[in-house]
Amino acid sequence: METLLVIVVVVLAIAALTQAVRIFEISSQIKGTDTDVKVDDRDNNTQGWLMFLFLIFFFGAFAWMIIEYMEVTLPISASEHGVAIDSLWDISMAVIILAFLVTQPLLFGFAFMFRGRKSRKATYMEHNNKLELFWTGIPAVILAGLILYGLTTWSNVMNPEQDEEPMIVELYAKQFGWQARYAGSDNQLGYANVRLIEGANILGVDQGDAASANDVITSELHLPAGKPVKFVFRSQDVIHSAYMPHFRMQMNCVPGTQTQFQITPTVTTAEMRSNPEVIEKVKRVNALRAERGEDPWEFDYVLLCNKICGSAHYNMQMKIVVESEEDFENWMKDQQTFAEMM
Amino acid sequence: MEAHAHHKETFITKYVFSQDHKMIAKQFLITGMIMGIIGVGMSLLFRLQLAWPDKEWPILEALLGKWGTDGIMDPNIYLALVTIHGTIMVFFVLTAGLSGTFSNLLIPLQIGARDMASGFINMLSYWFFFASSVVMLISLFVENGPASAGWTVYPPLSALPQAVPGSGAGMTLWLVSMSLFIVSSLLGALNYIVTVLNLRTKGMSMTRLPLTIWAFFVTAILGVLSFPVLFSAALLLIFDRSFGTSFYLSDILVAGEQLTNQGGSPILYQHLFWFLGHPEVYIILLPALGISSEVISTNSRKPIFGYRAMVGSILAIAFLSFIVWGHHMFVTGMNPFLGSVFTFTTLLIAIPSAVKAFNYITTLWKGNLQFTPGMMFSIGLVSTFITGGLTGLILGDSALDINVHDTYFVVAHFHIVMGLSAIFGLFAGVYHWFPKMFGRRMNKNLGYVHFWITFISAYGVFFPMHFLGMAGLPRRYYTNTAFPMFDDLANINVLVSYFAIIGGIAQVIFIFNFFYSALRGKKAEQNPWRSNTLEWTTPVEHIHGNWPGEIPEVHRWPYDYSKPGMDEDFVPQTVPLGPNEEGGGH
Repeated sequence: METLLVIVVVVLAIAALTQAVRIFEISSQIKGTDTDVKVDDRDNNTQGWLMFLFLIFFFGAFAWMIIEYMEVTLPISASEHGVAIDSLWDISMAVIILAFLVTQPLLFGFAFMFRGRKSRKATYMEHNNKLELFWTGIPAVILAGLILYGLTTWSNVMNPEQDEEPMIVELYAKQFGWQARYAGSDNQLGYANVRLIEGANILGVDQGDAASANDVITSELHLPAGKPVKFVFRSQDVIHSAYMPHFRMQMNCVPGTQTQFQITPTVTTAEMRSNPEVIEKVKRVNALRAERGEDPWEFDYVLLCNKICGSAHYNMQMKIVVESEEDFENWMKDQQTFAEMM
Repeated sequence: MEAHAHHKETFITKYVFSQDHKMIAKQFLITGMIMGIIGVGMSLLFRLQLAWPDKEWPILEALLGKWGTDGIMDPNIYLALVTIHGTIMVFFVLTAGLSGTFSNLLIPLQIGARDMASGFINMLSYWFFFASSVVMLISLFVENGPASAGWTVYPPLSALPQAVPGSGAGMTLWLVSMSLFIVSSLLGALNYIVTVLNLRTKGMSMTRLPLTIWAFFVTAILGVLSFPVLFSAALLLIFDRSFGTSFYLSDILVAGEQLTNQGGSPILYQHLFWFLGHPEVYIILLPALGISSEVISTNSRKPIFGYRAMVGSILAIAFLSFIVWGHHMFVTGMNPFLGSVFTFTTLLIAIPSAVKAFNYITTLWKGNLQFTPGMMFSIGLVSTFITGGLTGLILGDSALDINVHDTYFVVAHFHIVMGLSAIFGLFAGVYHWFPKMFGRRMNKNLGYVHFWITFISAYGVFFPMHFLGMAGLPRRYYTNTAFPMFDDLANINVLVSYFAIIGGIAQVIFIFNFFYSALRGKKAEQNPWRSNTLEWTTPVEHIHGNWPGEIPEVHRWPYDYSKPGMDEDFVPQTVPLGPNEEGGGH
């Protein structure tokens, strides 16, 4: 039935278009000109005005989106380095939005102003070295600033100060879930390799390595606020990407090798839940969920997979809890060590 | 060549195994359009899924069969659809469809040559492309579905059928298809380079080349230098998949099975892939920029502003495009110092790009703008080139890329700057050179309707995606419903899908206008846009060898529009300089 409907609509559409073209053709025959193919002053005028109207519509829509959609974007950074990334983001955004707001009106404005007329003659100009130097120079100077600022930030994020020894946590990815392995009291991870995976030893940790005994494997990631933590990433099968949007952290997990990223979480889950932006977001989300008859949601940090990894890629997640050091220690006490597990 | 014109032509040699560049151009265009319909159609299917994940769509069951049971899309076929959509749009539509069409059509016509340097190789180039398209389409029908590891087909996902069903026969066919495609692309590109260097008519110095030719020429060089690297990447992947080697594989346990592969690196693949992959962006974009330069200048009735700067920026972009590939890999764990280098080189591209944008805008200044549909799409191209290019300053900055890498922010960026700009360039080219291709005119009113619906819905689809990315939404998610934090993005997704459907359906207007005009359109005059370039000195009826008599001699650059002291507002390149006329250094 639907297929039939689709066919009917397509046939009707083609018929309508044919008729429309015929009308254009006939009217151009009556007028004795080629109005159906040739562009005349009237077209230039209409299309020029449309260009101008589009500009207004475009900027109106842009403003509307900022008002309506900015609220869905991520809240304040929950990590130390994320704050630096966010200020770089804000400044870069300011620069590009400014460039956007200057160049689009020039483009559509000129299109409108110089819409063709029979009486008009275009001005012959080939080039203007001063002008060209000017608009090569301006972007170059602005870019130099952005590059310097960007590289400094990048260098600080990638090589954080080591005045406190970071806690080592391995994040282990496989289709389609995450596991965390804490290095334990010695803060040293036992050697591990996928080839050692057997039975309960799901991460392939070497039982012969003394450092492995007090490792702790969990399926929820708990982190103490204010303490640096160095993540080490491994993957068991394909490339995954550990993405913690609230912490401005992302690193690929690559089979056959290890990657790492150090962060310092600063905002506990409880604090983030009482952030006004987050309260608003939770309200919005829960209103929608209530409509669909789903359970209300409570805000939690989350680790997502952000590299295509197979059928359940869209649902590869792990809950993250940031808490006080005391709460963290208490939680850790309740966990089994690797030695106990085996 | 003269003898050529007297050859007896059969249907087969004229329309099928043609060695005439004008016919080959049309073959590329129509094949590209068919692939484009399929590629865009796929995107509409997955937009249905993304906006209304719980709804049952009978059309999905009708089209997808066992992967759309009860009208619900299967997650694996979702991944396959995004993969094949990307592959088709990037390679088959915007590389072959765009470059193949207009390089073939315009290089001989605009430089004053009877045909390509080798008509036979040119024919082979098309037929390799055709074969490649057929294999890609066949891959849609294999039992476990087509390739589904994303259009970049990163191993190990693409190497292991256990990891995703599409990595079985579907992926094998993908690799076969791409290998054929690379052969096609190399044959074409070599031919373009040789033709531009050797077959220019008398007086056609390099600084008198239209910017279209400069763009096609540099694009061909990019292709020759980068596609072989993709071929090596594909070859090693074929070895890993079929012959048990370990170039990209090491320490893997998948679906309960320990693999014996040891010592390979999946990151190696990414380096090889993006060494092509980034120049590929410019292989797509430069021809579109070349086309818009020509269309904007002609229809502004003004010389393109800063011809030498335009050529210089094409060369600068082309050079830089080879040393920026690492910006696709900032979060692979690469050495942070290397990340800094790639950030630096990447952001440098903004300078020649800005020069191009400003030069386009200045070309409009004090012009006498003729809003042909081709001109409309060219202006649209400049708009999207700016909008999408600007967000490149965010993504090219390694520190900022950390948090938006692989999110919808990236999807928004590359679709606007590369996808839209290139497709607008393609449309501009078709509207502008349709009279040359078919000897008939397209209906301008349908052209206007097509432009406005396409332009507005294109921004409607991709602009809101920036906000999705800033909300942390990863790309290639079958549905966002697994994360409550994304629940309030649902209405944005619905808006995007509405625009996608409107924009997709609007292409029917174009397709109709195209075929109707090709068959029944008004007969074109020889130089309908009052243009300066050589292609408009050829007769409307196509003949082998392009010009009936001698090839015309060129006496000036192609942009003498509205030159003071001239009667007309255009002076074709074939007109000798007047006694007191300045050549302008060309």
